[in-house]
Amino acid sequence: MAINPKKTPMKEQKPEERIKNFDEVPFGYSEEEAVIEAERCLQCKIPKCVEGCPVNVDIPGFIKAIKEKDFEKAIRIMKNTNSLPAITGRVCPQEDQCEEKCVLGKKYEPVAIGRLERFIADWDAKRGMVIPEKNDRLNLKVAIVGAGPAGLTCAADLVKLGYDVTIFESLHYPGGVLIYGIPEFRLPKAIVKREIEYLTKLGVEIKCNVLVGRTFTLNELFNEGYSAIFLGTGAGAPQFMNIPGENLLGILSANEYLTRINLMKAYKFPDYDTPVKKGGTVAVIGAGNVAMDSARSALRLGAERVLIVYRRSEAEMPARIEEYHHAVEEGIEFLWLTNPVRYYGDENGWVKEMEVIKNELGEPDESGRRRPVPIKGSEYKIGVDNVIVAIGTVPNPLVARTSGLKTGRHGVVIADENGRTSLPGVWAGGDIVTGAATVILAMGAGKKAAFDIDKYLKEKYIYKKEISWVNL
Amino acid sequence: MFEITYKEEICPTIFLMKISAPFVAKNAKPGQFFILRVYEKGERIPLTIADYEKDEITAVFQTVGLTTNLLSFKNVGDYISDVVGPLGNPSEIIKYEGSVVIIGGGVGIAPTYPIAKGFKNLGNKVIAILGARSKNLLFWEERFKNLVDELIVTTDDGSYGMKGFVTDALKILIDKGERISQVTAIGPPIMMRNVCNLTKPYNIKTIVSLNSIMVDGTGMCGVCRVEVGKETKLTCQDGPEFDGHLVNFELLFERLKMYQTEEKIAMNYLEEKRRILNGN
Repeated sequence: MAINPKKTPMKEQKPEERIKNFDEVPFGYSEEEAVIEAERCLQCKIPKCVEGCPVNVDIPGFIKAIKEKDFEKAIRIMKNTNSLPAITGRVCPQEDQCEEKCVLGKKYEPVAIGRLERFIADWDAKRGMVIPEKNDRLNLKVAIVGAGPAGLTCAADLVKLGYDVTIFESLHYPGGVLIYGIPEFRLPKAIVKREIEYLTKLGVEIKCNVLVGRTFTLNELFNEGYSAIFLGTGAGAPQFMNIPGENLLGILSANEYLTRINLMKAYKFPDYDTPVKKGGTVAVIGAGNVAMDSARSALRLGAERVLIVYRRSEAEMPARIEEYHHAVEEGIEFLWLTNPVRYYGDENGWVKEMEVIKNELGEPDESGRRRPVPIKGSEYKIGVDNVIVAIGTVPNPLVARTSGLKTGRHGVVIADENGRTSLPGVWAGGDIVTGAATVILAMGAGKKAAFDIDKYLKEKYIYKKEISWVNL
Repeated sequence: MFEITYKEEICPTIFLMKISAPFVAKNAKPGQFFILRVYEKGERIPLTIADYEKDEITAVFQTVGLTTNLLSFKNVGDYISDVVGPLGNPSEIIKYEGSVVIIGGGVGIAPTYPIAKGFKNLGNKVIAILGARSKNLLFWEERFKNLVDELIVTTDDGSYGMKGFVTDALKILIDKGERISQVTAIGPPIMMRNVCNLTKPYNIKTIVSLNSIMVDGTGMCGVCRVEVGKETKLTCQDGPEFDGHLVNFELLFERLKMYQTEEKIAMNYLEEKRRILNGN
C-alpha cells in the first residue's frame, strides 16, 4: 500500500469562529484517524525520532500499538518515559524534534507524532487514567521547588521510584507556565489539572502559596528533613527593552498579560474579578510562542488590530510553526525587521504612539542567526492602545540571592549535565538553568535530575557510600 | 484555605483581621507584605503585614475596591482561598545616633507599627507621627503611645490632636532642631511624596513603602514597575521600601490609575458577589 505523502489532517475550529472564543483550536484525532496516521510510520530499525525527543519516548513502539489498536499498550509505553503526554502532544515544537528526524519526512511530510501522542493521552483520560502500583517506599524525602514542567516531571519520576515527594509552588495553582502562560485555546487548563491529578494520585504532595526564598529558605527545607532539593523555578522574570516611555500605562509584559488572562481568568471579567485591557490596537513585541499567545489572546479579547513587531525576519522567528500558521490565519499582522525605539503617551500617561525603526539583516550573531541592523532614518510612528512586551524572560533571582547558588549570565543557575548545582544536595533544571526554552526541554532536565537524585540518595543513604559532589 | 481568626472594624471602613497563616507568620519581618485571594474568582491583592505572632498575621485594610470589600464580608471562622508571603524585602532596621521618625497616614498607620517596634528594640529614639482625616479614622494611638518616645497625632479637620497634615508636624520637629537620622513614611502616595519634598532640602534619609498594583507579587508580572533614581524597579521584588527622594511619584500616581475604569465596573457587581460569597 502506498504511503500517504501528507499527514492525516487534524480537524480544528475555523479561524473566523475561534477568534471569538478561548476554546481549544484543534479537535484532535478520532480513533480511525489515529490508526490511519499510525500506519504511515515506517517502524525504522534505528528510529531517528527517538533521538530527537528530549525525554526519549519509544515513539515507534507507541505508534505500533496505536496501529494495532492496542491503546492500552500505547499509553503504557508513553507513560514509561513521559508523565505529561497530553501536554507535550500539544505544546512540543515537534518540527524541531522528533518529527524533524522522522525518516519519512525526508521525502514526504513526517509522521504526525505530536498528534498521535495527544490522541493516546486523551484516550487515556477519557477512559479514566489507570494509576500504576506504587513501589516500596524508601522513606526519603525530596523537595521540588516550582510546579512547572521540570518540577512535575522530576516529581513523577521520583515518586515512582519510591521517594516521598513534595512540590512547593508560589502561585495558587500548580502547573507553572502551563497554567499562567500558555492560553486555554492552545492548552486547556482542564487538561493540565488532569495531568497534575495523575501525579497526586501517584502520591506527589503539592503545596501551593509557598515562595521558596521568602516563605522558606533552602536551608529550612533541609532542616525539615528533605534529603535532596530540585529547583525548577523557571525563567519567570520579564525583560523589558529599556527604551524611553516604556513605563507608560498600557505597556505591559507578556507575563502580566497572560497571567491575568490564563491564571486569573481575566477574559471572564467581571465574572472573575481580575481585569485586563481589551480592544483597540495591540502591538506585541517579539515573535516567539509567548508573542503568538499574547497576540492571539488580544484578538480574542476583541482587539481591532493586532500587530507582531519583530526585529528579525520570518526565517529567524522562534515560534512553533503551527502557532505562526494559526496566527496568520486569524488575521494577525506581522511587521518583520522592525523594532520599537520609543513610546509616546497622552496627557494621562497612557501610551498613544510607538516609534519603530526598520532593520536589515547583517552578519550572523552568536545565536547563528543574522543580526538585525537598524536602517538610519527609517523611523516611523504607529498608533497603539496597548503594547505587550514578549522579548523573553530570565530566571527570578530570589532563590539564588537567598541561598548563595552560583549563577551565570542573565541570572541562570549553573548546573552540570545531571542538574547538580554549586550547593550539595541541590539540583536545578529547566528554564532556571537554560534561560527561557521549551516545556519538553524542561521536562527532559527534570527527568535527568530525577535519575541522578535517585543514584545519589541510594548511594548515600542505602549503600552508605562515600560520595562527592561536583565542583562547579 | 486560610482561616480568619479575628475581625474588628476598628474605624468606619477600616478593618483589622487576623488570618491563620503559620508559614507566613513564622518568617515575617517588619516592612514585608503578603498577597491574598479571597475566593475562587477573586483577584490577588497585596496587603502589608501589620503584625505577626505565632501562627497568625494581622492585616489592617480600608474598604476601597472590590477585593477589600469582599474581604470585609468575611467573618471569624470563614476561610479565604490563598495567602502567600512574606513577600518583599524587610525594612532595614539599624541603631542610629539621632532619632527615627515614623510617619503613618490613614490606613498606613498599621504597617508602621512593626517597623517602629523594630527600631525601638534596637534602642533608637522613636518619634511617631500619626495622621488621619478625622478623629473617627484614627486608630492604634494607645498602642503607639506605649511603644514610642514621643507621639504626635494630626487630623486634617482638627477634630483631634494637631490640626493639619503629618508634614506640618514633621516641619515643627525639624524647625525645633530635632536631630533626625531617618524618616519612614507609609500612607497615601501624596502624603509620602509631600514628606519627601519636605525632608529633601534637609537631606534627611526618608524611606517610603510603595503600594503599587500587583498580580503575582513575586517578580513575575512587572505591573508594579516604579522608577527609582531613573532606574526601573519592581516594588514586589526590589521594594516595597525605597529611598523616597529617588522615587518618581508622578509615575506612581499614574500607574495606580491603570485599572480605574475596570475597578468601577467591578464595584457594580459588589452586591451580587457578596451573595455568592455568603452562599459558600
